Amino acid sequence: MTRKQKRLAVIAGGVGVIGVAVLLVLFALQEQIVYFHSPTDIAEKQVSPGTRIRLGGLVAENSVTRGQGTEVAFAVTDTANTVNITYNGILPDLFREGQGVVVEGAFQPGNTRFVADTVLAKHDETYMPKEVADSLKEQGVWQGDGE
Amino acid sequence: MIVELGHYALVMALAVALLQSVLPVIGSVRQDAGLMAMAPAAAVTSFFLVLLAFAALTASYVTSDFSVQNVWENSHSLKPMIYKISGVWGNHEGSMLLWILILVFFSALVAFFGGNLPAALKANALAVQAWITSAFLLFVLLTSNPFQRLTPAPIEGRDLNPILQDVGLAIHPPLLYLGYVGFSICFSFAVAALIDGRIDAAWARWVRPWTLAAWTALTAGIAMGSYWAYYELGWGGWWFWDPVENASFMPWLAGTALLHSALVMEKREALKIWTVLLAIITFSLSLLGTFLVRSGVLTSVHAFATDPTRGVFILGILVIFIGGAFTLFALRAQSLKHGGLFAPVSREGALVLNNLFLTTATLTVLVGTLYPLVLEALTGSKISVGPPFFNLTFGPLMVPLLLAVPFGPLLAWKRGDLLAVCQRLYAAAGISLLVALAVVYFSTGAPVMAALGIAIGAWLICGSLTDLAYRAGAGRAGLPVMWQRLKGLPRSAFGTALAHFGLGVSVIGIVAVTAFSTEQVMTLKPGEQAVSGPFALEFEGLRPNTGPNYTELQGRFAVSRDGAQFATITAAKRVYTARRMPTTEAGILTIGPSQLYVALGDETPDGTVVRIWWKPWVTFIWFGTVFMSVGGIVSLLDRRLRVGAPAASKARAATAGQAT
Repeated sequence: MTRKQKRLAVIAGGVGVIGVAVLLVLFALQEQIVYFHSPTDIAEKQVSPGTRIRLGGLVAENSVTRGQGTEVAFAVTDTANTVNITYNGILPDLFREGQGVVVEGAFQPGNTRFVADTVLAKHDETYMPKEVADSLKEQGVWQGDGE
Repeated sequence: MIVELGHYALVMALAVALLQSVLPVIGSVRQDAGLMAMAPAAAVTSFFLVLLAFAALTASYVTSDFSVQNVWENSHSLKPMIYKISGVWGNHEGSMLLWILILVFFSALVAFFGGNLPAALKANALAVQAWITSAFLLFVLLTSNPFQRLTPAPIEGRDLNPILQDVGLAIHPPLLYLGYVGFSICFSFAVAALIDGRIDAAWARWVRPWTLAAWTALTAGIAMGSYWAYYELGWGGWWFWDPVENASFMPWLAGTALLHSALVMEKREALKIWTVLLAIITFSLSLLGTFLVRSGVLTSVHAFATDPTRGVFILGILVIFIGGAFTLFALRAQSLKHGGLFAPVSREGALVLNNLFLTTATLTVLVGTLYPLVLEALTGSKISVGPPFFNLTFGPLMVPLLLAVPFGPLLAWKRGDLLAVCQRLYAAAGISLLVALAVVYFSTGAPVMAALGIAIGAWLICGSLTDLAYRAGAGRAGLPVMWQRLKGLPRSAFGTALAHFGLGVSVIGIVAVTAFSTEQVMTLKPGEQAVSGPFALEFEGLRPNTGPNYTELQGRFAVSRDGAQFATITAAKRVYTARRMPTTEAGILTIGPSQLYVALGDETPDGTVVRIWWKPWVTFIWFGTVFMSVGGIVSLLDRRLRVGAPAASKARAATAGQAT
């Protein structure tokens, strides 16, 4: 093979691999990303049941109730609106009423109850998940120290 | 007093670094040996100055000097000594200081070992190092000064975040930074070569040991971080595809590619432009990682002490260095001469394939990590890109790469014989197939993908052993001769084999734990039993316990198999006194290569919430990375790469290149 042909072969191989990667990325970005919503977003635009979303806000005061065994129910609020959540599992160490939290899961069909399979609170007491902080600022109830 | 001395030393270090940024470059342009010789002296000086500053900060941590704001915010007089010391870098300011310390340490190493480098290359490379040093010293001094005093001095500190009070903090960040910052040497050499307009095999021979050292440290650092998160967070996961993890994984992927492309350049003088580009990309990704981690622009489960306003400064550094380097590359790359020719089927070809897949994989991780930022900036929608995205994009790209790995070392340079290599790999392929069948047979209902994944791991392991066997002359010589030849092989051959072997071990661990681990969440009362995998765990109840700076409730579990108790697991819920912060201490029992992992939850009327995982072969993941790191160290000890002796090895390397 001449130098030119070799270079063409390398370029063709490279374009092939990168092309496959681009297709995979595009496909995955359509199917596998999870949108973040605040309780107000959910009140305004309907999220169809079964769609995985992330929902963030504060754990509403006096909303945490223990169910059977490992079941927990609580509400996430951005003070304007509130969504009821059920979760089956161990809550993070820093999960507390009044603290910022992000839950991931989906609405049950024909039901307003949100079933979470992941609950994220942060490692750091003073830390607020960025999305939660932003949506609280939108609601005008942000009490953090400035920025 | 000591604190002010440290602060002053840091300012002096900046002054020296600024001199080192300019004078050697002027010297190299004017061919002034005196000005060029200034670079190593300045590099060593700024190393000692930064070391002094770091020692001063450490001293104020050790003596619990709460008049220093940084110490007050992150330390406590009752904290065990090891955490007082590791707490120095368990916060933003201190961790940036450690970053700089390692940066100037590497500059000093270049100054020390660079005796037989071309004078201009050495002067320019050290000048580029000084640019980076100056930028980050400015960052620390202007926005993140760890030597800020507090008046009046508080009596007690606020303590370190309890999750960071772990040996992990003593080891993980220094190793990670050794890796991140080690790539700065490759970057500086690349930029110096572009300034110089000249680049040859000697350049690659110089850059490779640094790449190897940085890669080894980064491999160990990432693995350590992964294990730390695994046992400390109590979530049972070892990799979350979290932005902070990706931030360290991208330089690792690019660095792995660099390691392989520098090999081609060293042996065959080919791929020059690509290697230089890759050196720039790798360190750019390290800088990007530093920015992502330190600024907190992305939501991460590992976010500690981040500060968005200071992130802007790092973003500035990022833009200047990456933009500058790429501009220089665009202007000067054409002047680099092309090197040796090779056929597509050859060792070089295999290494190009490796680079192609690794850089594409890096790109997919980059897209997944930055896409949320871009989308939010463009449309305002907030999204999270989680494990499913990466499994779908990164995973498929890895499969062909892993399948190709055993072929690479067996192919000859320049022009390889694919058929002959296939014949040599028959045994490895046969064993891997048997492994796949065994997995399907012994584990009832195993997914086919899991069997294939484990077979790929076995293929890598057998492939690396095949490589060593054929280098020793398998099939052509008797065992005693083979043994003699095996002993005579260059260490880098063992390094390659060990690293690829380790990769196989890790792959097996990853596939096994993904496919076969079981998880259950339940409530248990004392005396009740849970079954996990082949084991039964009997809950013995909770009892209180007090540590040096925490109190905890320990839950004990008696572990038995077939009715015979053989171990106990203790998991705990801790509350650290100073911050009133609760943490979960997972109880982990290692059984062979597998682990039982128990985390405690809240108390409920039905008992204590308990989460139990059975994780078969999970330790293979980290054992594999140990093999990889050891492979890196073994290669580093190879005579050809010995940092002090590039000239002497030149002739040998050339003949070796022709012989193989």
